[in-house]
Amino acid sequence: MSPRKIVLRFGPEISDKPIIYRLVKDYDLVMNIVKANVNPQKEGIMVLELTGDNYEQGLKYLREQGVTVQALTHEVVRNEQRCTHCGACTAICPTGALYLDRPGMEVHFDGDSCVICQLCVKACPVRAMEVKL
Amino acid sequence: MSEKTYQEINARIRSGKAVVVTAEEFIDIVREKGLAHAYREVDVVTTGTFAPMCSSGAFLNFGHPAPRIKMHRVWLNNVPAYTGIAAVDAYIGATELPEDDPLNSNHPGEFRYGGGHVIEDLVAGRPVRLKAVGYGTDCYPRREIETTITIHDLNEAILFNPRNAYQNYNCAVNLSNRTIYTYMGILKPNLGNAHYSTSGQLSPLLKDPHFKTIGIGTRIFLGGGIGYVAWHGTQHFPAIQTDASGKELGPAGGTLAVIGDLKQMSPRWLMGTSYLGYGATLSVGIGVPIPILNEEIARYAAATDADLYAPIVDYGEAYPNRKPGNLGYVSYAQLKSGRIVVQGKEVPTAPLSSYPRAREIAGILKEWIQKGEFFLSEPVQLLPSPADGLTGKVLKG
Repeated sequence: MSPRKIVLRFGPEISDKPIIYRLVKDYDLVMNIVKANVNPQKEGIMVLELTGDNYEQGLKYLREQGVTVQALTHEVVRNEQRCTHCGACTAICPTGALYLDRPGMEVHFDGDSCVICQLCVKACPVRAMEVKL
Repeated sequence: MSEKTYQEINARIRSGKAVVVTAEEFIDIVREKGLAHAYREVDVVTTGTFAPMCSSGAFLNFGHPAPRIKMHRVWLNNVPAYTGIAAVDAYIGATELPEDDPLNSNHPGEFRYGGGHVIEDLVAGRPVRLKAVGYGTDCYPRREIETTITIHDLNEAILFNPRNAYQNYNCAVNLSNRTIYTYMGILKPNLGNAHYSTSGQLSPLLKDPHFKTIGIGTRIFLGGGIGYVAWHGTQHFPAIQTDASGKELGPAGGTLAVIGDLKQMSPRWLMGTSYLGYGATLSVGIGVPIPILNEEIARYAAATDADLYAPIVDYGEAYPNRKPGNLGYVSYAQLKSGRIVVQGKEVPTAPLSSYPRAREIAGILKEWIQKGEFFLSEPVQLLPSPADGLTGKVLKG
Protein backbone atom coordinates (compact mmCIF):
# COMPACT_ATOMS: atom_id res chain seq x y z
CA MET A 1 0.00 0.00 0.00
CA SER A 2 1.30 3.44 -0.90
CA PRO A 3 1.78 5.88 2.01
CA ARG A 4 -1.11 8.10 3.01
CA LYS A 5 -1.19 11.38 1.16
CA ILE A 6 -1.75 14.55 3.17
CA VAL A 7 -2.49 18.14 2.22
CA LEU A 8 -0.64 20.97 4.02
CA ARG A 9 -1.85 24.55 3.97
CA PHE A 10 0.51 27.40 4.90
CA GLY A 11 -0.72 30.89 5.81
CA PRO A 12 1.06 33.92 4.29
CA GLU A 13 3.02 34.50 7.53
CA ILE A 14 4.72 31.07 7.36
CA SER A 15 4.88 30.20 3.66
CA ASP A 16 8.44 31.57 3.37
CA LYS A 17 9.76 29.55 6.34
CA PRO A 18 11.90 26.39 5.82
CA ILE A 19 9.34 24.16 7.54
CA ILE A 20 9.74 21.21 5.18
CA TYR A 21 13.50 21.30 5.71
CA ARG A 22 12.99 20.93 9.49
CA LEU A 23 10.57 18.05 8.88
CA VAL A 24 13.32 16.13 7.08
CA LYS A 25 16.24 17.25 9.24
CA ASP A 26 14.72 17.08 12.74
CA TYR A 27 12.15 14.31 12.31
CA ASP A 28 13.96 12.14 9.73
CA LEU A 29 10.82 11.66 7.64
CA VAL A 30 10.81 10.36 4.06
CA MET A 31 8.69 12.46 1.76
CA ASN A 32 7.54 12.71 -1.81
CA ILE A 33 6.14 16.08 -2.82
CA VAL A 34 3.21 15.38 -5.14
CA LYS A 35 2.17 18.97 -5.68
CA ALA A 36 3.15 22.39 -4.33
CA ASN A 37 1.99 25.91 -5.00
CA VAL A 38 2.14 29.41 -3.51
CA ASN A 39 -0.59 31.79 -4.63
CA PRO A 40 -0.30 35.60 -5.07
CA GLN A 41 -1.63 36.07 -1.50
CA LYS A 42 1.46 34.11 -0.34
CA GLU A 43 -0.70 31.20 0.85
CA GLY A 44 1.00 27.88 0.25
CA ILE A 45 -0.44 24.43 -0.42
CA MET A 46 1.46 21.18 -0.62
CA VAL A 47 0.46 17.57 -1.17
CA LEU A 48 2.86 15.11 0.46
CA GLU A 49 3.42 11.43 0.81
CA LEU A 50 5.00 11.13 4.23
CA THR A 51 6.48 8.12 6.07
CA GLY A 52 8.84 7.52 8.95
CA ASP A 53 9.03 6.52 12.63
CA ASN A 54 8.47 10.10 13.81
CA TYR A 55 5.38 10.60 11.63
CA GLU A 56 3.07 11.72 14.47
CA GLN A 57 5.70 14.02 16.02
CA GLY A 58 6.26 15.49 12.54
CA LEU A 59 2.56 16.25 12.13
CA LYS A 60 2.50 17.77 15.64
CA TYR A 61 5.42 20.02 14.66
CA LEU A 62 3.61 21.11 11.49
CA ARG A 63 0.47 22.02 13.45
CA GLU A 64 2.53 23.93 16.01
CA GLN A 65 3.93 26.01 13.15
CA GLY A 66 0.39 26.90 12.09
CA VAL A 67 0.22 24.49 9.15
CA THR A 68 -3.21 22.97 8.51
CA VAL A 69 -2.93 19.22 7.86
CA GLN A 70 -5.66 17.15 6.21
CA ALA A 71 -5.94 13.78 4.53
CA LEU A 72 -5.98 14.02 0.72
CA THR A 73 -9.16 11.94 0.66
CA HIS A 74 -10.93 14.93 2.22
CA GLU A 75 -9.80 17.16 -0.65
CA VAL A 76 -10.45 14.95 -3.69
CA VAL A 77 -14.07 13.97 -3.32
CA ARG A 78 -16.45 11.88 -5.31
CA ASN A 79 -20.03 13.14 -5.11
CA GLU A 80 -21.76 9.86 -4.33
CA GLN A 81 -25.15 11.34 -5.23
CA ARG A 82 -24.01 12.11 -8.77
CA CYS A 83 -21.63 9.24 -9.56
CA THR A 84 -23.50 6.73 -11.73
CA HIS A 85 -20.69 4.17 -11.69
CA CYS A 86 -20.51 4.36 -15.47
CA GLY A 87 -16.76 3.86 -15.55
CA ALA A 88 -15.83 6.63 -18.02
CA CYS A 89 -13.07 7.83 -15.66
CA THR A 90 -11.40 4.47 -15.17
CA ALA A 91 -9.29 4.22 -18.33
CA ILE A 92 -8.44 7.94 -18.10
CA CYS A 93 -7.13 7.90 -14.51
CA PRO A 94 -3.35 7.42 -14.96
CA THR A 95 -2.69 5.75 -11.60
CA GLY A 96 -5.66 3.42 -11.25
CA ALA A 97 -6.98 5.42 -8.27
CA LEU A 98 -10.38 5.23 -9.97
CA TYR A 99 -11.03 1.64 -10.95
CA LEU A 100 -13.83 -0.82 -11.67
CA ASP A 101 -14.42 -3.51 -9.09
CA ARG A 102 -15.20 -6.64 -11.13
CA PRO A 103 -17.51 -8.41 -11.61
CA GLY A 104 -19.91 -5.96 -9.93
CA MET A 105 -18.58 -3.13 -12.15
CA GLU A 106 -18.90 -0.45 -9.44
CA VAL A 107 -16.37 2.39 -9.63
CA HIS A 108 -14.12 2.60 -6.57
CA PHE A 109 -11.81 5.46 -5.59
CA ASP A 110 -8.50 4.86 -3.82
CA GLY A 111 -7.46 8.32 -2.65
CA ASP A 112 -3.96 7.18 -1.72
CA SER A 113 -3.14 6.34 -5.34
CA CYS A 114 -4.42 9.73 -6.55
CA VAL A 115 -1.79 12.19 -7.85
CA ILE A 116 -4.33 15.03 -8.26
CA CYS A 117 -3.84 15.31 -12.00
CA GLN A 118 -7.54 16.27 -12.08
CA LEU A 119 -8.19 14.51 -15.41
CA CYS A 120 -11.23 12.82 -13.83
CA VAL A 121 -12.84 16.18 -13.02
CA LYS A 122 -13.32 16.93 -16.70
CA ALA A 123 -13.64 13.34 -17.91
CA CYS A 124 -16.58 12.59 -15.61
CA PRO A 125 -19.73 12.96 -17.73
CA VAL A 126 -21.90 13.91 -14.73
CA ARG A 127 -19.22 16.02 -13.00
CA ALA A 128 -19.14 13.87 -9.89
CA MET A 129 -15.46 14.43 -9.09
CA GLU A 130 -14.54 17.50 -7.05
CA VAL A 131 -11.06 18.68 -6.15
CA LYS A 132 -10.95 21.31 -3.42
CA LEU A 133 -7.25 22.11 -3.78
CA MET B 1 -43.81 -25.26 -29.89
CA SER B 2 -46.04 -24.32 -26.98
CA GLU B 3 -46.71 -20.63 -26.56
CA LYS B 4 -47.69 -18.36 -23.70
CA THR B 5 -49.82 -15.28 -24.34
CA TYR B 6 -49.66 -11.74 -22.97
CA GLN B 7 -53.10 -12.31 -21.44
CA GLU B 8 -51.93 -15.42 -19.57
CA ILE B 9 -48.82 -13.67 -18.26
CA ASN B 10 -50.82 -10.61 -17.15
CA ALA B 11 -53.33 -12.87 -15.40
CA ARG B 12 -50.45 -14.41 -13.47
CA ILE B 13 -49.08 -10.93 -12.62
CA ARG B 14 -52.56 -9.97 -11.36
CA SER B 15 -52.75 -13.06 -9.13
CA GLY B 16 -49.19 -12.55 -7.87
CA LYS B 17 -48.01 -15.82 -9.42
CA ALA B 18 -45.91 -14.53 -12.30
CA VAL B 19 -42.26 -15.57 -12.27
CA VAL B 20 -40.24 -12.47 -13.07
CA VAL B 21 -36.45 -12.45 -13.17
CA THR B 22 -33.77 -10.05 -14.37
CA ALA B 23 -31.74 -10.89 -17.47
CA GLU B 24 -28.75 -11.74 -15.23
CA GLU B 25 -30.88 -14.12 -13.14
CA PHE B 26 -32.37 -15.67 -16.28
CA ILE B 27 -28.88 -16.46 -17.59
CA ASP B 28 -28.13 -18.29 -14.34
CA ILE B 29 -31.40 -20.24 -14.50
CA VAL B 30 -30.73 -21.34 -18.08
CA ARG B 31 -27.17 -22.33 -17.14
CA GLU B 32 -28.34 -24.41 -14.17
CA LYS B 33 -31.59 -25.94 -15.40
CA GLY B 34 -31.52 -25.69 -19.18
CA LEU B 35 -33.46 -23.61 -21.67
CA ALA B 36 -36.63 -25.74 -21.82
CA HIS B 37 -37.02 -25.62 -18.05
CA ALA B 38 -36.25 -21.88 -17.92
CA TYR B 39 -38.86 -21.16 -20.60
CA ARG B 40 -41.55 -23.13 -18.76
CA GLU B 41 -40.69 -21.60 -15.39
CA VAL B 42 -40.17 -17.92 -16.24
CA ASP B 43 -42.85 -15.52 -17.49
CA VAL B 44 -40.94 -12.23 -17.81
CA VAL B 45 -37.28 -11.26 -18.12
CA THR B 46 -36.45 -7.66 -17.21
CA THR B 47 -33.63 -5.69 -18.83
CA GLY B 48 -32.02 -2.31 -18.24
CA THR B 49 -29.66 0.31 -19.59
CA PHE B 50 -28.45 3.66 -18.27
CA ALA B 51 -26.28 5.73 -20.58
CA PRO B 52 -26.04 9.02 -22.43
CA MET B 53 -28.68 9.13 -25.17
CA CYS B 54 -28.37 12.30 -27.23
CA SER B 55 -31.57 12.02 -29.21
CA SER B 56 -33.71 12.93 -26.21
CA GLY B 57 -35.84 15.88 -25.25
CA ALA B 58 -39.13 17.05 -23.80
CA PHE B 59 -42.24 18.79 -25.09
CA LEU B 60 -43.37 21.44 -22.63
CA ASN B 61 -46.55 23.48 -22.48
CA PHE B 62 -46.11 26.57 -20.29
CA GLY B 63 -49.75 27.72 -20.16
CA HIS B 64 -50.81 31.17 -21.35
CA PRO B 65 -49.97 34.35 -19.43
CA ALA B 66 -52.32 37.37 -19.41
CA PRO B 67 -52.10 38.95 -21.89
CA ARG B 68 -51.27 36.04 -24.18
CA ILE B 69 -47.97 35.56 -26.00
CA LYS B 70 -47.00 33.60 -29.11
CA MET B 71 -43.56 32.46 -28.04
CA HIS B 72 -41.21 33.01 -30.94
CA ARG B 73 -38.03 32.32 -29.01
CA VAL B 74 -37.76 30.54 -25.64
CA TRP B 75 -34.87 30.06 -23.25
CA LEU B 76 -34.82 27.80 -20.19
CA ASN B 77 -31.93 28.65 -17.86
CA ASN B 78 -30.48 30.42 -20.88
CA VAL B 79 -30.69 27.27 -23.07
CA PRO B 80 -32.82 27.80 -26.21
CA ALA B 81 -35.84 25.55 -26.78
CA TYR B 82 -37.51 24.94 -30.15
CA THR B 83 -40.71 26.94 -30.55
CA GLY B 84 -41.69 26.36 -34.15
CA ILE B 85 -44.92 24.80 -32.87
CA ALA B 86 -48.00 26.29 -31.18
CA ALA B 87 -47.90 29.47 -29.07
CA VAL B 88 -46.79 28.23 -25.65
CA ASP B 89 -45.42 24.83 -26.67
CA ALA B 90 -41.69 24.17 -26.89
CA TYR B 91 -39.29 21.25 -27.28
CA ILE B 92 -36.15 21.31 -25.20
CA GLY B 93 -33.51 19.08 -26.78
CA ALA B 94 -30.88 17.28 -24.70
CA THR B 95 -27.86 18.56 -26.66
CA GLU B 96 -28.94 22.22 -26.92
CA LEU B 97 -26.41 24.70 -25.51
CA PRO B 98 -26.62 28.27 -24.19
CA GLU B 99 -26.00 30.85 -26.92
CA ASP B 100 -23.07 32.28 -24.94
CA ASP B 101 -21.40 28.89 -24.41
CA PRO B 102 -17.75 29.06 -25.56
CA LEU B 103 -18.32 25.69 -27.31
CA ASN B 104 -15.01 24.36 -28.60
CA SER B 105 -13.41 27.77 -29.13
CA ASN B 106 -11.00 26.87 -26.32
CA HIS B 107 -10.68 23.19 -27.23
CA PRO B 108 -11.67 20.95 -25.55
CA GLY B 109 -14.81 22.77 -24.40
CA GLU B 110 -16.46 21.75 -21.13
CA PHE B 111 -20.16 21.98 -22.06
CA ARG B 112 -21.10 22.11 -18.40
CA TYR B 113 -24.79 22.92 -18.91
CA GLY B 114 -27.19 22.14 -21.74
CA GLY B 115 -30.68 20.91 -22.55
CA GLY B 116 -30.13 17.62 -20.70
CA HIS B 117 -29.32 19.57 -17.55
CA VAL B 118 -32.50 21.65 -18.00
CA ILE B 119 -34.48 18.39 -18.18
CA GLU B 120 -32.74 17.10 -15.04
CA ASP B 121 -33.49 20.38 -13.22
CA LEU B 122 -37.14 20.22 -14.30
CA VAL B 123 -37.65 16.59 -13.29
CA ALA B 124 -35.93 17.30 -9.94
CA GLY B 125 -38.53 20.03 -9.31
CA ARG B 126 -35.83 22.73 -9.20
CA PRO B 127 -36.77 26.27 -10.28
CA VAL B 128 -35.92 27.06 -13.91
CA ARG B 129 -35.70 30.56 -15.40
CA LEU B 130 -38.04 30.93 -18.37
CA LYS B 131 -37.58 33.73 -20.87
CA ALA B 132 -39.67 34.10 -24.02
CA VAL B 133 -40.15 36.73 -26.68
CA GLY B 134 -42.93 37.10 -29.23
CA TYR B 135 -43.47 39.43 -32.16
CA GLY B 136 -47.01 40.39 -31.17
CA THR B 137 -50.20 39.48 -33.00
CA ASP B 138 -53.80 40.62 -32.57
CA CYS B 139 -54.58 37.41 -30.67
CA TYR B 140 -51.20 37.14 -28.89
CA PRO B 141 -50.17 40.74 -28.16
CA ARG B 142 -47.50 40.21 -25.49
CA ARG B 143 -43.89 40.66 -26.65
CA GLU B 144 -41.90 39.38 -23.71
CA ILE B 145 -42.07 37.37 -20.51
CA GLU B 146 -39.42 36.46 -17.96
CA THR B 147 -40.33 34.33 -14.96
CA THR B 148 -39.36 31.34 -12.85
CA ILE B 149 -41.14 28.01 -13.28
CA THR B 150 -40.99 24.50 -11.93
CA ILE B 151 -42.28 21.35 -13.61
CA HIS B 152 -45.41 21.61 -11.42
CA ASP B 153 -46.34 24.89 -13.12
CA LEU B 154 -46.43 23.29 -16.57
CA ASN B 155 -49.60 21.93 -18.15
CA GLU B 156 -47.69 19.09 -19.76
CA ALA B 157 -44.09 17.91 -19.72
CA ILE B 158 -43.70 14.96 -22.06
CA LEU B 159 -40.37 13.24 -22.53
CA PHE B 160 -40.14 12.21 -26.18
CA ASN B 161 -36.85 10.71 -27.26
CA PRO B 162 -36.60 9.97 -30.99
CA ARG B 163 -33.63 7.60 -30.64
CA ASN B 164 -32.75 5.76 -27.43
CA ALA B 165 -31.60 2.36 -26.20
CA TYR B 166 -29.20 1.60 -29.05
CA GLN B 167 -29.16 -2.16 -29.46
CA ASN B 168 -25.38 -2.27 -29.59
CA TYR B 169 -22.55 0.19 -30.00
CA ASN B 170 -19.01 0.54 -31.27
CA CYS B 171 -16.05 -0.13 -29.07
CA ALA B 172 -14.17 3.13 -29.71
CA VAL B 173 -10.39 3.33 -29.99
CA ASN B 174 -7.96 5.95 -31.29
CA LEU B 175 -5.25 4.93 -33.79
CA SER B 176 -4.08 8.53 -34.26
CA ASN B 177 -1.16 10.07 -32.37
CA ARG B 178 -3.18 12.74 -30.55
CA THR B 179 -5.76 12.64 -27.75
CA ILE B 180 -9.27 13.00 -29.14
CA TYR B 181 -12.44 14.18 -27.38
CA THR B 182 -15.50 12.33 -28.63
CA TYR B 183 -19.02 11.31 -27.66
CA MET B 184 -17.27 8.07 -26.66
CA GLY B 185 -15.24 10.00 -24.09
CA ILE B 186 -11.56 10.91 -24.06
CA LEU B 187 -9.63 8.52 -26.29
CA LYS B 188 -5.90 8.45 -25.71
CA PRO B 189 -3.53 8.25 -28.71
CA ASN B 190 -2.05 5.08 -30.18
CA LEU B 191 -4.66 2.69 -28.77
CA GLY B 192 -4.31 4.11 -25.24
CA ASN B 193 -7.79 3.00 -24.20
CA ALA B 194 -11.01 1.47 -25.55
CA HIS B 195 -14.46 2.73 -24.58
CA TYR B 196 -17.73 0.87 -25.03
CA SER B 197 -21.29 1.81 -24.14
CA THR B 198 -23.90 -0.86 -23.64
CA SER B 199 -24.95 -2.94 -20.66
CA GLY B 200 -24.31 -6.13 -22.68
CA GLN B 201 -26.31 -9.06 -21.33
CA LEU B 202 -28.68 -6.68 -19.49
CA SER B 203 -29.33 -4.41 -22.49
CA PRO B 204 -32.95 -4.40 -23.74
CA LEU B 205 -32.52 -4.70 -27.50
CA LEU B 206 -29.63 -7.19 -27.28
CA LYS B 207 -32.11 -9.58 -25.67
CA ASP B 208 -34.74 -9.40 -28.41
CA PRO B 209 -32.60 -9.30 -31.58
CA HIS B 210 -35.45 -10.10 -33.99
CA PHE B 211 -38.00 -7.79 -32.34
CA LYS B 212 -40.32 -10.68 -31.51
CA THR B 213 -41.80 -8.84 -28.49
CA ILE B 214 -40.85 -5.14 -28.61
CA GLY B 215 -43.13 -2.89 -30.64
CA ILE B 216 -45.29 0.19 -30.70
CA GLY B 217 -47.03 0.48 -27.35
CA THR B 218 -44.65 -1.70 -25.34
CA ARG B 219 -44.81 -0.43 -21.75
CA ILE B 220 -41.34 0.24 -20.34
CA PHE B 221 -39.36 1.74 -17.45
CA LEU B 222 -38.42 5.21 -18.66
CA GLY B 223 -36.47 7.72 -16.59
CA GLY B 224 -37.68 6.20 -13.33
CA GLY B 225 -41.35 6.23 -14.36
CA ILE B 226 -43.51 4.42 -16.86
CA GLY B 227 -43.12 5.11 -20.55
CA TYR B 228 -43.92 3.52 -23.87
CA VAL B 229 -42.22 2.58 -27.10
CA ALA B 230 -43.67 5.10 -29.55
CA TRP B 231 -42.07 3.90 -32.77
CA HIS B 232 -38.78 2.50 -33.93
CA GLY B 233 -36.04 5.03 -33.27
CA THR B 234 -34.35 7.09 -35.95
CA GLN B 235 -31.52 5.19 -37.65
CA HIS B 236 -33.21 1.89 -36.74
CA PHE B 237 -31.23 -0.51 -38.95
CA PRO B 238 -31.33 -3.82 -37.08
CA ALA B 239 -29.06 -6.62 -38.29
CA ILE B 240 -27.28 -9.72 -37.03
CA GLN B 241 -23.50 -9.30 -37.02
CA THR B 242 -21.37 -12.12 -38.43
CA ASP B 243 -17.64 -12.70 -38.66
CA ALA B 244 -15.77 -13.72 -41.84
CA SER B 245 -16.68 -17.38 -41.31
CA GLY B 246 -20.38 -16.53 -40.95
CA LYS B 247 -20.52 -17.10 -37.16
CA GLU B 248 -23.25 -14.99 -35.54
CA LEU B 249 -21.93 -12.30 -33.20
CA GLY B 250 -25.23 -10.97 -31.84
CA PRO B 251 -27.38 -8.11 -33.07
CA ALA B 252 -26.68 -4.43 -33.71
CA GLY B 253 -28.44 -1.42 -35.19
CA GLY B 254 -31.89 -1.36 -33.58
CA THR B 255 -33.14 1.74 -31.74
CA LEU B 256 -36.31 2.88 -29.93
CA ALA B 257 -38.33 6.08 -29.95
CA VAL B 258 -39.84 6.37 -26.47
CA ILE B 259 -42.38 8.61 -24.76
CA GLY B 260 -43.61 9.21 -21.24
CA ASP B 261 -44.90 11.76 -18.72
CA LEU B 262 -41.84 13.61 -17.38
CA LYS B 263 -43.78 14.59 -14.24
CA GLN B 264 -43.64 11.01 -12.88
CA MET B 265 -39.95 10.50 -13.65
CA SER B 266 -36.90 11.00 -11.43
CA PRO B 267 -33.57 12.88 -11.64
CA ARG B 268 -31.80 9.66 -10.64
CA TRP B 269 -32.71 8.27 -14.07
CA LEU B 270 -32.49 11.44 -16.19
CA MET B 271 -29.16 13.13 -15.62
CA GLY B 272 -27.62 16.07 -17.42
CA THR B 273 -24.33 14.90 -18.86
CA SER B 274 -21.27 16.60 -20.40
CA TYR B 275 -18.63 15.20 -22.71
CA LEU B 276 -15.39 17.17 -22.78
CA GLY B 277 -14.78 18.59 -26.25
CA TYR B 278 -18.04 17.12 -27.56
CA GLY B 279 -21.14 18.57 -25.93
CA ALA B 280 -23.96 18.23 -23.45
CA THR B 281 -26.52 15.44 -23.42
CA LEU B 282 -28.86 13.44 -21.19
CA SER B 283 -28.24 10.09 -19.52
CA VAL B 284 -31.46 8.08 -19.68
CA GLY B 285 -32.52 4.98 -17.78
CA ILE B 286 -34.60 2.50 -19.78
CA GLY B 287 -35.84 -0.97 -18.90
CA VAL B 288 -37.88 -3.22 -21.16
CA PRO B 289 -39.75 -6.32 -19.96
CA ILE B 290 -39.48 -9.29 -22.28
CA PRO B 291 -42.38 -11.74 -22.07
CA ILE B 292 -41.05 -15.28 -22.47
CA LEU B 293 -43.76 -16.29 -24.93
CA ASN B 294 -41.89 -19.23 -26.43
CA GLU B 295 -38.59 -21.07 -26.30
CA GLU B 296 -37.05 -19.08 -29.14
CA ILE B 297 -37.64 -15.80 -27.26
CA ALA B 298 -36.21 -17.47 -24.15
CA ARG B 299 -33.08 -18.48 -26.04
CA TYR B 300 -32.45 -14.92 -27.21
CA ALA B 301 -33.16 -13.50 -23.74
CA ALA B 302 -30.57 -15.91 -22.31
CA ALA B 303 -27.70 -14.48 -24.42
CA THR B 304 -24.65 -13.80 -22.24
CA ASP B 305 -21.83 -11.28 -22.46
CA ALA B 306 -19.79 -14.00 -24.17
CA ASP B 307 -22.39 -14.31 -26.98
CA LEU B 308 -22.72 -10.57 -27.68
CA TYR B 309 -20.07 -8.64 -29.60
CA ALA B 310 -19.19 -5.03 -30.38
CA PRO B 311 -17.24 -3.88 -33.44
CA ILE B 312 -13.95 -2.10 -32.67
CA VAL B 313 -13.87 1.21 -34.53
CA ASP B 314 -11.10 3.81 -34.91
CA TYR B 315 -12.40 7.25 -33.95
CA GLY B 316 -9.10 8.91 -34.85
CA GLU B 317 -9.58 8.65 -38.59
CA ALA B 318 -12.01 6.00 -39.85
CA TYR B 319 -15.18 7.03 -37.98
CA PRO B 320 -15.05 10.81 -38.56
CA ASN B 321 -14.40 10.26 -42.27
CA ARG B 322 -17.11 7.61 -42.55
CA LYS B 323 -14.69 4.95 -43.77
CA PRO B 324 -16.39 1.54 -43.70
CA GLY B 325 -15.10 -1.52 -41.90
CA ASN B 326 -13.76 -2.08 -38.41
CA LEU B 327 -10.80 -3.47 -36.50
CA GLY B 328 -12.55 -6.71 -35.60
CA TYR B 329 -15.15 -7.74 -33.02
CA VAL B 330 -14.84 -8.17 -29.29
CA SER B 331 -17.30 -9.81 -26.88
CA TYR B 332 -18.79 -7.97 -23.92
CA ALA B 333 -17.20 -10.61 -21.68
CA GLN B 334 -13.80 -9.53 -23.02
CA LEU B 335 -14.70 -5.83 -22.75
CA LYS B 336 -15.83 -6.28 -19.15
CA SER B 337 -12.60 -8.11 -18.23
CA GLY B 338 -10.83 -4.74 -18.48
CA ARG B 339 -8.40 -5.57 -21.30
CA ILE B 340 -8.75 -6.40 -24.98
CA VAL B 341 -6.17 -6.94 -27.72
CA VAL B 342 -6.34 -4.67 -30.78
CA GLN B 343 -3.78 -4.95 -33.58
CA GLY B 344 -1.61 -7.06 -31.27
CA LYS B 345 -1.62 -4.46 -28.49
CA GLU B 346 -3.23 -4.93 -25.08
CA VAL B 347 -5.64 -2.04 -24.52
CA PRO B 348 -7.44 -1.14 -21.24
CA THR B 349 -11.21 -0.89 -21.58
CA ALA B 350 -13.80 1.27 -19.83
CA PRO B 351 -17.58 1.52 -20.17
CA LEU B 352 -19.59 4.73 -20.58
CA SER B 353 -22.83 2.90 -19.78
CA SER B 354 -23.39 2.16 -16.10
CA TYR B 355 -23.70 -1.58 -15.53
CA PRO B 356 -24.66 -1.18 -11.83
CA ARG B 357 -27.46 1.23 -12.81
CA ALA B 358 -28.62 -1.14 -15.57
CA ARG B 359 -28.83 -3.92 -12.99
CA GLU B 360 -30.76 -1.61 -10.67
CA ILE B 361 -33.30 -0.79 -13.42
CA ALA B 362 -33.85 -4.46 -14.23
CA GLY B 363 -34.40 -5.04 -10.49
CA ILE B 364 -36.88 -2.16 -10.11
CA LEU B 365 -38.88 -3.29 -13.15
CA LYS B 366 -38.95 -6.83 -11.76
CA GLU B 367 -40.26 -5.51 -8.44
CA TRP B 368 -42.97 -3.40 -10.14
CA ILE B 369 -44.21 -6.45 -12.06
CA GLN B 370 -44.05 -8.75 -9.02
CA LYS B 371 -46.10 -6.26 -6.99
CA GLY B 372 -48.72 -6.13 -9.72
CA GLU B 373 -48.08 -2.45 -10.40
CA PHE B 374 -46.85 -2.94 -13.95
CA PHE B 375 -48.53 -5.07 -16.60
CA LEU B 376 -47.18 -6.07 -19.97
CA SER B 377 -48.69 -4.46 -23.02
CA GLU B 378 -49.01 -6.36 -26.28
CA PRO B 379 -47.53 -4.21 -29.06
CA VAL B 380 -49.94 -2.66 -31.54
CA GLN B 381 -47.32 -3.43 -34.16
CA LEU B 382 -43.86 -4.99 -33.85
CA LEU B 383 -40.83 -2.97 -34.95
CA PRO B 384 -38.93 -3.68 -38.16
CA SER B 385 -36.56 -6.63 -37.65
CA PRO B 386 -33.28 -7.69 -39.31
CA ALA B 387 -35.41 -9.53 -41.90
CA ASP B 388 -36.70 -6.18 -43.16
CA GLY B 389 -33.18 -5.25 -44.26
CA LEU B 390 -33.29 -1.55 -43.36
CA THR B 391 -29.99 0.24 -44.03
CA GLY B 392 -28.70 3.79 -43.56
CA LYS B 393 -28.40 6.37 -46.31
CA VAL B 394 -25.36 8.54 -47.00
CA LEU B 395 -25.97 12.28 -47.16
CA LYS B 396 -24.54 13.60 -50.41
CA GLY B 397 -22.77 16.92 -50.40
